[in-house]
Amino acid sequence: MSAPQLEIQLIAVVVAAACALPGTFLVLRRMALMSDAISHAILIGIVLAFFITEDLASPLLIVGATLTGVVTVSLVELLNRTGRVREDAAIGLVFPVLFSAAVLLIARYAGNVHLDTDAVLLGELAFAPFDRFIVAGWDLGPRALYLMDGILALNVAVIGLLYKELKLVTFDAGLAAALGFAPAVVHYILMWLVSITAVGAFEAVGSILVVALMIAPPATAYLLTDRLPVMLGLGALTGAVAAIGGYWLAHWLDASIAGSMAMVAGLLFGAACLFAPQRGVIAAARRRAAQRWEFAQTMLAIHLFNHRDTPDAATESRVDHLQEHLRWDPDFAAQVIHRAERRGLIHHHGQALTLTGEGMRVAREALVG
Amino acid sequence: MPDLLHDLFFDYTLRTVALGAAILGIVSGTLGSYAVLRRQSLLGDAISHAALPGIALAFLLTGSKAPLVLVLGAAVAGWLGTLLVMGVVRSTRVKFDSALGIILSVFFGIGLVLLTFIQKREDATQAGLDKFLFGQAATILAQDVVTMAALGGVALLLMLLFWKELKLLSFDPEFGSTLGFPIRALDILLTTLLVIAIVVGLQMVGVVLMSALVVAPAVAARQWTDRLGLMIALAGGFGALAGVSGAVISSTAARLPTGPLIVLCASALVLISLCFAPNRGIVWHALRQRRNRRRLHVEGEVIP
Amino acid sequence: MLATTTATAHPITVRDLTVAYHDRAVLWDVDLDVPRGVLMAIVGPNGAGKTTLIKAILGLVPVVAGQVRIEGKPLAEVRRRVAYVPQRGSVDWDFPTSVLDVVMMGRYGALGWIRRPGHRERQAALDALEQVGMRDFAGRQISQLSGGQQQRVFLARALVQDAAIYLMDEPFQGVDATTERTIVGLLRDLRSAGKTVVVVHHDLQTVPEYFDWVTLLNVRKIASGPVEEVFTPELLRRTYGGHIAFLGQPDQDGTVAAVAGGEE
Repeated sequence: MSAPQLEIQLIAVVVAAACALPGTFLVLRRMALMSDAISHAILIGIVLAFFITEDLASPLLIVGATLTGVVTVSLVELLNRTGRVREDAAIGLVFPVLFSAAVLLIARYAGNVHLDTDAVLLGELAFAPFDRFIVAGWDLGPRALYLMDGILALNVAVIGLLYKELKLVTFDAGLAAALGFAPAVVHYILMWLVSITAVGAFEAVGSILVVALMIAPPATAYLLTDRLPVMLGLGALTGAVAAIGGYWLAHWLDASIAGSMAMVAGLLFGAACLFAPQRGVIAAARRRAAQRWEFAQTMLAIHLFNHRDTPDAATESRVDHLQEHLRWDPDFAAQVIHRAERRGLIHHHGQALTLTGEGMRVAREALVG
Repeated sequence: MPDLLHDLFFDYTLRTVALGAAILGIVSGTLGSYAVLRRQSLLGDAISHAALPGIALAFLLTGSKAPLVLVLGAAVAGWLGTLLVMGVVRSTRVKFDSALGIILSVFFGIGLVLLTFIQKREDATQAGLDKFLFGQAATILAQDVVTMAALGGVALLLMLLFWKELKLLSFDPEFGSTLGFPIRALDILLTTLLVIAIVVGLQMVGVVLMSALVVAPAVAARQWTDRLGLMIALAGGFGALAGVSGAVISSTAARLPTGPLIVLCASALVLISLCFAPNRGIVWHALRQRRNRRRLHVEGEVIP
Repeated sequence: MLATTTATAHPITVRDLTVAYHDRAVLWDVDLDVPRGVLMAIVGPNGAGKTTLIKAILGLVPVVAGQVRIEGKPLAEVRRRVAYVPQRGSVDWDFPTSVLDVVMMGRYGALGWIRRPGHRERQAALDALEQVGMRDFAGRQISQLSGGQQQRVFLARALVQDAAIYLMDEPFQGVDATTERTIVGLLRDLRSAGKTVVVVHHDLQTVPEYFDWVTLLNVRKIASGPVEEVFTPELLRRTYGGHIAFLGQPDQDGTVAAVAGGEE
């Protein structure tokens, strides 16, 4: 592996981790698409800042972009507060306007500068190693790496400091307000983090991958755990895996790095959807099937229990009567009987069924509990 | 201004672009209304981003760049994306907005991979597919407009045919289910119509901006009326107005891309509607409040 | 034994109904026979599965086990015979539509696919609105309605279906006194007309006054039958698991005005 290759992967991993952290809260607070809105809207901030400074490398661009992120959120809130526009519609109105304005300005006044709108969406991670961070003649590495390290550190710091508040505001906004935690302030701090991260990241990977990295890895983690700290860590880890995996996929296919990373992130999410223990689709289906059998067996036990000392006990506990009374089809009934027998709940002699001690215990427990 | 009007009718390019934009506006405005009413506004965003790999694949598989082929690919991909979103929401605890964001970005990423893949094969051809990113209204041909009109027309016809079923689906799907209507099938129908509306406009406005044209006309229309039929018709009208205005303005000077202009016109309509629509409009509301306050004040003085 | 002919079949028969959600049984082995022409309340603590029972009867939730028969047949065959009044909070009242329009939706089932409601449906809707005292509101936008008015619109929508069986989910929740009186009157009229009405009810106080049958539910069916027999302190205690306090003296026939304190 060459140095530039290593650097690219390093940057990608840091970007992924930095995105996953605020992204976790976006997912939990059901505002995942704010990442989409912000990462599109920041273009106008960059453009306006560029018009002021006329310098593509100016830090003012980052400031401008970050401000736009917060402005976007404010505008969405403003629209929503008029009572005439729902939140999802507000998002869908605000960011296209800002993005369109940006595209128009670029086309009209900055067409010949490298403010390529394609790059906005796609980023150019491959070029990142060429933009060096040079201090006093020392080549310290790619600028993007330092930028993203800084942003990652910022994310960790803010989330660490405000962990209690973020947690409370995410899961119980009412309580948070009652306790004086000003949910609105926390909300804006989170949005500010999202904006800074989006700005830093999109230079390397473009708007779309920012969205992918902010949502998919945390969502993957959401399917694997219930605990917030674990979710944060797993999200960052999943993002990192997606970053490295995506890089090598792009290398193999000779294709867009950002696109490949999004793909791998998606595959990881898909795998979690299917295979997550407990919350995955397969696990849930298995659980439902097991439930069905268990409930049926318990019902059989209860049925036999209820009729055991009655005059018609003999008829009620016949296999074919079961099919009639419980309306079970013969194959299903046979299966249930078989499993109940295996579990030691009943004895099965020809057509007659009798409850064992264990079976009676199960029936009693179900009836009382 | 009279020059513009003249051009609108007699300049082939402007006429074609404006017509295409109008059709796009009508179709996306009307069908987008349902998404907005069902609080699924950003579904349009997801569908349009998800369409990208479909376009790329369609080209890869058929070697053709005919709009109909690409649009078909876009539709299949968009439709698949929506099914996945619904599937994820239904079978896991991941919520609707997260599912949208994931499908949106992952599908788009797949599209990018395919695009760069294509680029490596033959350099010149990717340019044709690239235009779906931001749209290239200026290069639209009369036959493209015909395609748009045909597809849009079919979608609108289906909407009219199943008018009451779609109304039921949007307002109270559970109740509709108790009446015996297959709600899930109707949901798929509505989604399909939305997908058609979006792919119709992709060529002109591009993937990124298409979602706005699904949301803005409906939001604007809602401010003017409380009746569903009128709202949907108005949304179509506003969409057409935004489309034509955008097309016309973009023709007045160089380097004014049509897509963003249409979005800005649509957004302007939203702003005007929010402020000035009778009853709901913010300005009206403020004026009425001031009038009421003054009346109260006067009456207060009259009472001894 | 489940009856097999319509003539002798109960309007609603539930056998071994079990509904689970995430490993937890919400309804467990519920057997229920609803006799014809009763006005039945379903009561139980929060989380008892009352709404789930209604929804399971209507096929709106998946069941783990058991089955439901409407007049001896599966629901799909006899949908016309059943009308549903859901909880008010189940729709977005900001939807751009009028009161009359919502009520006419009750006729969509009878209209079938594609056909639009016409003059006959309109008249039926107006008549239903008259019955609930909302005829003057026919053209009103639904967002302008109060809670009680919204409830009455939902009722009218069910009335217009001209069904034999009515399933209602907490129709008295959060309505004003006038609306409550109107609804009670309506329920009694339905019963007089021979309809069967099942109501998920939240207010124990009013059960003896409004209903003639009651089902006590807490994941399992505790009891079901005429109010005088079933609505007793003993059974209520069993249903509410002890979280219940009785105020005032029992009436002569043994029923008590009761107040449930605390939820599960």
